[in-house]
Amino acid sequence: MSDLVGLSAAQAAAAVGAGEIDPVALFEAYRVRAAADQLNAFTWVAESAPPAVAGPLGGVPLAVKDLFCTEGVPSQSGSRILEGYRPPYTATVVERLAQAGAPLLAKTNQDEFAMGSSTENSAFGPVRNPWDPGRVPGGSSGGSAAAVAAGLAPWALGTDTGGSIRQPAALCGIVGLKPTYGAVSRYGMIAFASSLDQAGPLTRDVTDAALLYSQMVGERDPCDSTSLAFPGEIELPQRSDLRGLRLGVPAELSGEGIEPGVLEVFAAALELARSLGASVEPCALPHAPHALAAYYVLAPAEASSNLARFDGVRYGYRASGADDLLAMYTRTRHDGFGAEVKRRIMLGTYALSSGYYDAYYGRAQRVRTKIAEDFATAFERFDFIATPTAPGVAFELGSKTADPFAMYLNDFCTVPMSLAGIPAISIPCGLAPPPGGERPLPVGFQLAGPPFSENGLLAASFALERALGFDGSAVRG
Amino acid sequence: MIDRDEVRHVARLARLELSDEEVDRMAVELAAVLEHISTISELDLAGVAPTSHVVAVENALRADEPRPSLSRERALASAPAVAGDGFAVPSPQA
Repeated sequence: MSDLVGLSAAQAAAAVGAGEIDPVALFEAYRVRAAADQLNAFTWVAESAPPAVAGPLGGVPLAVKDLFCTEGVPSQSGSRILEGYRPPYTATVVERLAQAGAPLLAKTNQDEFAMGSSTENSAFGPVRNPWDPGRVPGGSSGGSAAAVAAGLAPWALGTDTGGSIRQPAALCGIVGLKPTYGAVSRYGMIAFASSLDQAGPLTRDVTDAALLYSQMVGERDPCDSTSLAFPGEIELPQRSDLRGLRLGVPAELSGEGIEPGVLEVFAAALELARSLGASVEPCALPHAPHALAAYYVLAPAEASSNLARFDGVRYGYRASGADDLLAMYTRTRHDGFGAEVKRRIMLGTYALSSGYYDAYYGRAQRVRTKIAEDFATAFERFDFIATPTAPGVAFELGSKTADPFAMYLNDFCTVPMSLAGIPAISIPCGLAPPPGGERPLPVGFQLAGPPFSENGLLAASFALERALGFDGSAVRG
Repeated sequence: MIDRDEVRHVARLARLELSDEEVDRMAVELAAVLEHISTISELDLAGVAPTSHVVAVENALRADEPRPSLSRERALASAPAVAGDGFAVPSPQA
């Protein structure tokens, strides 16, 4: 069994294709591991392997974040208000991956409605980091990241609104890709902030990310009016050097506010990129320090609108004992939503309310324009932008729950790319001790590029990954 | 920056019941977050166009062809309360 789990997803898919391993045995090996999970990474685990579908993903089973609708399978977005909800249809991207040969293994735990950076905001309890169970896995796709890092799933699907794929990938020592906005259909994703939400892979290595992502993109989805046809195909990365690659490092996202241990490991990774032939120069993203403020207006504003649908009428939880319609709505939402979701609904409603719209929402939209312009200017001189993925390594459970903004600061390095709609990948680049701690924990290296530069990002990450030689096998058990 | 009456007003707009204790806590927490957010008021954004969406897609239309949709039975299957062929709700005027 353990030798099956030792294979990367791409290796396993190849072995299935060559007739060397039985996909049902592979599914069963992971199913048993997922069912015995000690990290609270899952909200549902399959009871048996579904009928096999031959395809490029080789029958390698997939863990899927709870917020993707999966027909007949609980899809709750980490919320009490959707407890037990089994949708009547499946999200386009999950369907595409199933058709390409990646059967549904499990649904993964997450921050409620993807609002959080630690997976402590789940109605189903917090997820633990396999590197140190006293620490968070990051969030909001913390269940997906922990499951892949711990070898409880070969690969997983997450979503990223302001960093929810990249930051947990960084904190768990795995690879996470946030695609170009629109590249992956959002149909069937329970929405948080529609102009920012994107689905992407969380995987053990860059090759796995490329393989999974290659089957997520394609023709535009008629069910998602913001989806786009991907120009060309995603190729498996081969690159072994970085000759000629121009990397820009924004001082705004790689200095103040970042843990010294993280900066040290990041600097070493940049040095390695140089030794592989890349040029590494400072670049300016002058509006990036304002990205977090703009994001925490725009995302809650969109969320307050999207979450209006949870009213106790068509699905999910309804509070009992209300004698009129308005009381039923307000009580259902009071009982069904957790504290962080309520905060964001309030924040978003406030920012959109009469008298405040221009000061908050209108200004934030203009900051978003400036941030996108900053990136466009930077990409005239640089191929990619490099930053640490998160300002720190995994933190202790409960250490940031008392102060909402302290938690929001986790998204400092990832939110600018989200606002600009550009693709970004996080790869593990080393280990650093936490402040005041000893046991070293994973650090993520983020590369961001222009729209639809995923092939280039994956190729550069692949070359860097080989040179870094990061080994996460110790936590796969 | 935001007082309890404003919190209550916004909660009404959001169709969200809050206890008195939750109103107090929300006022403190929202004020703290809004203080951080207000840094964007320092920027000169005159003449900058707002971005609501990064993808410039217009009139993304699909073919207007009849196709099967969710049956009434399946659409009602997850409802907390059903009456006859529809969703049941408490009276708005009760």
